[in-house]
Amino acid sequence: MDIKLDGISHSYGPVEVLRDISLTIKQGQIVCLVGPSGCGKSTLLRFIGGLERPTAGQVLQIGAPPRESLNPLTYVFQHFALLPWRTVEGNIRLVLEGHKLARGEADAIVRDVLARTRLTDFAKALPRQLSGGMKQRVAIARALAVRPAVMLMDEPLSALDSQTRELLMDDLIDLWTRQPFTAVYVTHNLNEAVRLGHRIVVLSRRPGRIHKEIQIEMPLSERQPGDPLLEAKQAELWGLMRDEAKAADQELVDG
Amino acid sequence: MDNSTTRPVPFRGGGFNPRPMRTVAPIVFVLLIAFLEVGTRTGIISGLTMPRPSDVARTLGGMIGSGLLWQHLLPSLQRLFVGGLIGTLAGVTLGTLIGLFTLVRAGLLPLVAALFPIPKIALLPLFVIWFGIDETSKYALIAFGVFTPTVVSTFGAVDSVDRSLIRMGQSFGLSWWAIVSKIVLPGAFPGILSGLRVSLAIGIILLVAAEMLGAQYGIGAYILEAGSLYDLNRLFAGVTVLSVLGLILSTVIGLVEKRFLDWRG
Repeated sequence: MDIKLDGISHSYGPVEVLRDISLTIKQGQIVCLVGPSGCGKSTLLRFIGGLERPTAGQVLQIGAPPRESLNPLTYVFQHFALLPWRTVEGNIRLVLEGHKLARGEADAIVRDVLARTRLTDFAKALPRQLSGGMKQRVAIARALAVRPAVMLMDEPLSALDSQTRELLMDDLIDLWTRQPFTAVYVTHNLNEAVRLGHRIVVLSRRPGRIHKEIQIEMPLSERQPGDPLLEAKQAELWGLMRDEAKAADQELVDG
Repeated sequence: MDNSTTRPVPFRGGGFNPRPMRTVAPIVFVLLIAFLEVGTRTGIISGLTMPRPSDVARTLGGMIGSGLLWQHLLPSLQRLFVGGLIGTLAGVTLGTLIGLFTLVRAGLLPLVAALFPIPKIALLPLFVIWFGIDETSKYALIAFGVFTPTVVSTFGAVDSVDRSLIRMGQSFGLSWWAIVSKIVLPGAFPGILSGLRVSLAIGIILLVAAEMLGAQYGIGAYILEAGSLYDLNRLFAGVTVLSVLGLILSTVIGLVEKRFLDWRG
């Protein structure tokens, strides 16, 4: 299943946030959205998953999602959004409970995603007992449990320290390599973008427009930190964004 | 470096962190009762103003022995339970609706704000006319008194549930009912419980008020009768029973918090 954004524009009252965004997200690709703060990246992501409606334009699904997919468009949130009163296992079960699954199928799914995110030993732990990195792995496990057609990741690593971020990036690359998934990955971290993105879409400052698109052909599994090609791409991205970010930084937030 | 200006950094942290201490509360109780006992025995405190704690204890013991306590306590407990249950259920339901729906909030929140400050005791005669002098009017008074603070605390608790958790529920396609029952209500539960502490205490206050009219038995009736006869021993025996009742309710809520809210750590 592909996703097509068709002429998306959006305003919050008099403030124009996004202007005429058109973009196609191909199956099996990770598309990174980068841009200065306040450029509407996260808003765009909410449109893609149907949590919010754009003022103009539409988001289209091209082709049907796979039959086994329980929740085709699935988010991973920056602040994890785990229910603090449920265990790791209970948090994953939450998103399976509404679906009429065959006996034991939910158990099998929970076991599988816990194993894939290496959380099996923590199934009975409560969120408050986990570090930030572990919490985000639970959130990723929960997202995988509903077998999404497209993962919508809203700065999933931004709340984590840089070492944990490295580890989780490796985890994500592993997960993708074993079983490629489609993802829209919003970040302000250019290093994450060049490590994880097959395509990187640079948005301009508010009102956000597509400023530039960059492709990186190198397979995800071969991308190492410090790779010269990636460094060059990152520098190129920063060159594109620098002035925009500077201008965005000096804007009044509610101006 | 000059030695005379070298000194440890003054400590400015600490405090603002009350911890549970099991032994202090009983000591306070014992000291207070001992003071009253000694005071009334030596005559510093006149027998007209305060009964002797030992006499009150004897009266209480007599009540337990003769079965009089249960005769008064059971109807009171029933009134408190039925009235409190109705008030709590209605309050939590309406509070949740106010917390969730714009129209309900706009329409009913001012009404609740208008009802809240009414002294419910003043409405007892009205309730007697509406519901009759028997049990129903007593249930209604207690229920109404418990209802308003429960509405206010519930809608506040629902309001404070993390919206990102609700967005999460929506993004995974959870049904409306699943979001309410699995995210909103558990998230609001701590706030609802602490509101319940207040509203159940109000329920006990209103229990006594409800037994002012048309009650032969009941702790409130017992206290009011003792008061009108100026029988301080019996008055204080009844008051003690109410205090213990309040303590027990508060302990039960504490246990429920421990059992269901351990996720807060």
